[in-house]
Amino acid sequence: MSMIGVREYMHVSEIKGPLLIVEGISRVAYDEIVEVELSHGEKRRGRVLEVTNNVAVVQVFEGTTGISTSGVKVRFLGRTLEMPVSEDMLGRIFDPLGKPIDGGPEIVAEEKYDINGAPLNPAVRAYPEDFIQTGISAIDGMNTLVRGQKLPIFSGSGLPHNELAAQIARQATVRGEEEFSVVFAAIGIKYDDFMFFRKFFEKTGALKKVAMFVNLANEPAMLRIVAPRSALTLAEYLAYERGMHVLVILTDMTNYAEALREISAAREEVPGRQGYPGYMYSDLASIYERAGRVHGRNGSITQMPILTMPNDDITHPIPDLTGYITEGQIVLSRELYNRGIYPPINVLMSLSRLMKEGIGPGKTREDHAQVSDQLYAAYSRGVELRSLAAVVGEESLNDTERKYLKFADEFEKSFLSQSMTENRPIEQTLDLAWDVLSILPEDELTNIKEEMIKRYHPKYRQQAA
Amino acid sequence: MLVKGRIIRVSGPLVVASNMSGVQMYEMVKVGEEGLVGEVTRIHGDTAYIQVYESTSGLRPGEPVEGTGSPLSVELGPGLLGSIYDGIQRPLPRIADEIGKRNPARSIFIERGISVHALPRDKKWHFAPLERLKPNDKVEGGDILGLVQETGLMQHRVLVPPNIRGTLKWLAPEGDYTILDPIAEVDMGGGDVRQVFLAHRWPVRIPRPYSLKFEPAEPLITGMRIIDLLFPMAKGGTGMIPGGFGTGKTVTLHNLAQWSSANVIIYIGCGERGNEMTEVLERFPHYMDPWSGHPLMERTILIANTSNMPVAAREASIYVGITMAEYYRDMGYDVLIVADSTSRWAEALRELAGRLEEMPAEEGYPSYLASRLAEFYERAGKVRALGSPERLGSVTVIGAVSPPGGDFTEPVTTHTKRFTKVFWALDTALAYSRHYPAINWITSYSAYYESVADWWHKNVDPGWLKERETIMDILIRENQLREIVRLVGTEGLSEHDKLVLEAARLIREGLLKQNAFDPIDTFSTPQKQAAMMRMFVEFYNAASEAVKRNVTVSKIKESLGRLYTDMMRARYTVPNEKVDEIEKLAKKVVEVISKLEGGEQ
Repeated sequence: MSMIGVREYMHVSEIKGPLLIVEGISRVAYDEIVEVELSHGEKRRGRVLEVTNNVAVVQVFEGTTGISTSGVKVRFLGRTLEMPVSEDMLGRIFDPLGKPIDGGPEIVAEEKYDINGAPLNPAVRAYPEDFIQTGISAIDGMNTLVRGQKLPIFSGSGLPHNELAAQIARQATVRGEEEFSVVFAAIGIKYDDFMFFRKFFEKTGALKKVAMFVNLANEPAMLRIVAPRSALTLAEYLAYERGMHVLVILTDMTNYAEALREISAAREEVPGRQGYPGYMYSDLASIYERAGRVHGRNGSITQMPILTMPNDDITHPIPDLTGYITEGQIVLSRELYNRGIYPPINVLMSLSRLMKEGIGPGKTREDHAQVSDQLYAAYSRGVELRSLAAVVGEESLNDTERKYLKFADEFEKSFLSQSMTENRPIEQTLDLAWDVLSILPEDELTNIKEEMIKRYHPKYRQQAA
Repeated sequence: MLVKGRIIRVSGPLVVASNMSGVQMYEMVKVGEEGLVGEVTRIHGDTAYIQVYESTSGLRPGEPVEGTGSPLSVELGPGLLGSIYDGIQRPLPRIADEIGKRNPARSIFIERGISVHALPRDKKWHFAPLERLKPNDKVEGGDILGLVQETGLMQHRVLVPPNIRGTLKWLAPEGDYTILDPIAEVDMGGGDVRQVFLAHRWPVRIPRPYSLKFEPAEPLITGMRIIDLLFPMAKGGTGMIPGGFGTGKTVTLHNLAQWSSANVIIYIGCGERGNEMTEVLERFPHYMDPWSGHPLMERTILIANTSNMPVAAREASIYVGITMAEYYRDMGYDVLIVADSTSRWAEALRELAGRLEEMPAEEGYPSYLASRLAEFYERAGKVRALGSPERLGSVTVIGAVSPPGGDFTEPVTTHTKRFTKVFWALDTALAYSRHYPAINWITSYSAYYESVADWWHKNVDPGWLKERETIMDILIRENQLREIVRLVGTEGLSEHDKLVLEAARLIREGLLKQNAFDPIDTFSTPQKQAAMMRMFVEFYNAASEAVKRNVTVSKIKESLGRLYTDMMRARYTVPNEKVDEIEKLAKKVVEVISKLEGGEQ
């Protein structure tokens, strides 16, 4: 935008929800950043959502509580919302606008960037294909994560998504390469959830490689719109200009979407589904699409947003639109959790769209794709038969069908389950998969080519040994 | 006289400008000091409402708006194939170059205010005029003037633009020309002499004219068995592919783009993931077209408006794509256009309508959603092109639909259903068990299966339609039986019903399932498809006879032994050029079964 200085106006004609309507202005820019000074000197930040010749609609990040139409000064700062970025931000904790809140010194900026970012040019993107070993069998074996992917965790309230995300952050590695740096955005989460992550990073000694942007549940909802964007602005700088591999954890995107709905309602916009704005898809995409790899730059951004599905409903607009944008999803299941299984990943509903490029010879192992296909086919048959057996009784199933039941149980007990500290190499994960698959008759393994069976099936492995 | 006005309001992608009297509806305008591209979508007095195709962040009231005098148009000429464009036909690699010149650190991003030509200005094309054309010949729109080898695979037929007709005054000799060099002059009469170039412009919202439309009757072979055999697409037809997330829409569409028997593929990534476009960009130059042996990129045009790119350009992108499709159709080619996803296009429409404060209809979509969809799909068809020599071309349109929550009763799905004739319903339950393509065989349909049967009967398999019916019967019967099994278990069924379940399982696993990432399985020739279908029909017929002789299904399975799994594995063990192996296998299967003798009941 063209350079223009700071201008101050005092005519606020209306206040509703988080919005101020300012009149008598001139040459205010769409998306311009605003400083609101209350009569007692308190300063708040905001931005312009809509502007005409003489009226601007301003969204105040910290909320409008205590603001009066008289005595308030609205300063338009002549620029869009920018954040200073620097490598020194790793190891520090910030508010969503990038101000340190850990008592440490101010950041000396290397660059300043618009937090909205700009879309990556699809023609310069490089397709993600580096296998990330998370040490978790359900992910590595069946929903493989690759570097540069955006893979959310769809959870429910009370499910152990924090534990899982922390385990992934600790164990994730591309074998033979440097560790990930982590940028973490807390979006409207509870204090104890934040402390869980903070303590976790401290305990594991990872804190030096983590930058945190924090907006807690009791803090202004409007800043939830800013927090993930600030985090990603830093991540982009670290990845594309400093060549680092960055893992971005955003939690909880459900709070983000609610804040978005709040603004939309205050603006009296025509709502889409369940009151969420019609542009929520584009808006979420402007966050999730800020992941990936590009040609000619070393770094990458791998994104792991966490969201709690309201009422565990995967068709709710928030998980639904997210699933349409992200490259798969890890779905946690309350049923597995209640049965004491950790990680309670519902593998049938989970998916990694980029898996196929990240696995196979030279990356994981030649049998990986086929083993994974077979696990899916067999486990879904097993689950289907389990519900059938609940109605007609196990005795009306035939022998093969009963073996599928046994397979499904064993799959959950020994493949899916692992402890929060267990870090399984991919070879171990695949060998475990073969062990449970060997419960089934060999001619049921139709997704696996015969040569692979001959090479990896426990029966033949023992013969060879 | 071009219109010049001033911005009076900015609200997201919508800009309102005053002092715009004289501007036309859908005229392209330059907005603000950076000259952002926009299009006029409503006029009220001297105020114009403009949808802007680039980010409007930082735009201020008072900045200028300039008209261009013409509607949003695309440049049509050699150089389209193999390109990747944004939603308003700007080549993405050139955008990266231009931004790189300003600031190398930012070259990986798309920033605004970049103006680049759609077709390269400096590239020379070898033009060979049609020999029979001479000065003073009458020519009219659609006539072929000459040929340019556009890619190794595709010959570009240089056409007289549709709005020109008259006497040919001059035709350039064979030689190398850029798209700025005239290659012919046509006297329109009354002293109006027009120059013709290798390229011309056409407004995207106006369908290109043709002489006659035909009923689609030739199948568009896709190499995907469930599509070609059960729910075929015809060249010039329309189809939709709805499915919730994770049901494999994109993989299916990539497959269609990869293997379809069309001359030109236009792939529109409309509001989808950036990495999906990258995947096509990285893979297609290395993959070979099974029909010609050339790299796939030589017949492909990509249009990318990813989900984080400006929403207004998303609305324009499908018109840009279909106009290019019509252009190649007019040359006499079969074009397939794939739009992933039309739901994002409809949402863009909804967002813009919302900003215009229009009265919403269902779920906030504007009331003209249905008519816009109808207009778009009507641009498909098999036609006789204008001009001579006479030639037939087709545009096949396949649109993905992303219903919220996988709910097929939402407005975009239901309206699209009215205007398309093939419905490939993707099924979440199939996808969860990794049965891909997850096309549900009970709810999907194709209105073309009878019209394309002729082609199959003549070219591949005289029994095609009958075999298809048998397969469908088995699948439908299985679906009913599954309900019963849920109550009584499998052991309570009659032997014939058990056979239906077994045959259906074979068909599902061995015929309908197809692994897009297996080098053999990913593409089946019509011959292999027909042979496989025959094999399962023959198995079923022979086994039904055996059941009548009181042979049990488990006995049949047992006696087949390896042959049984061989049938199931044939899809990825038998390559396309060894179809006879499937026939041999089928023969062995029938032989074994027909020798079985049943016990007493």
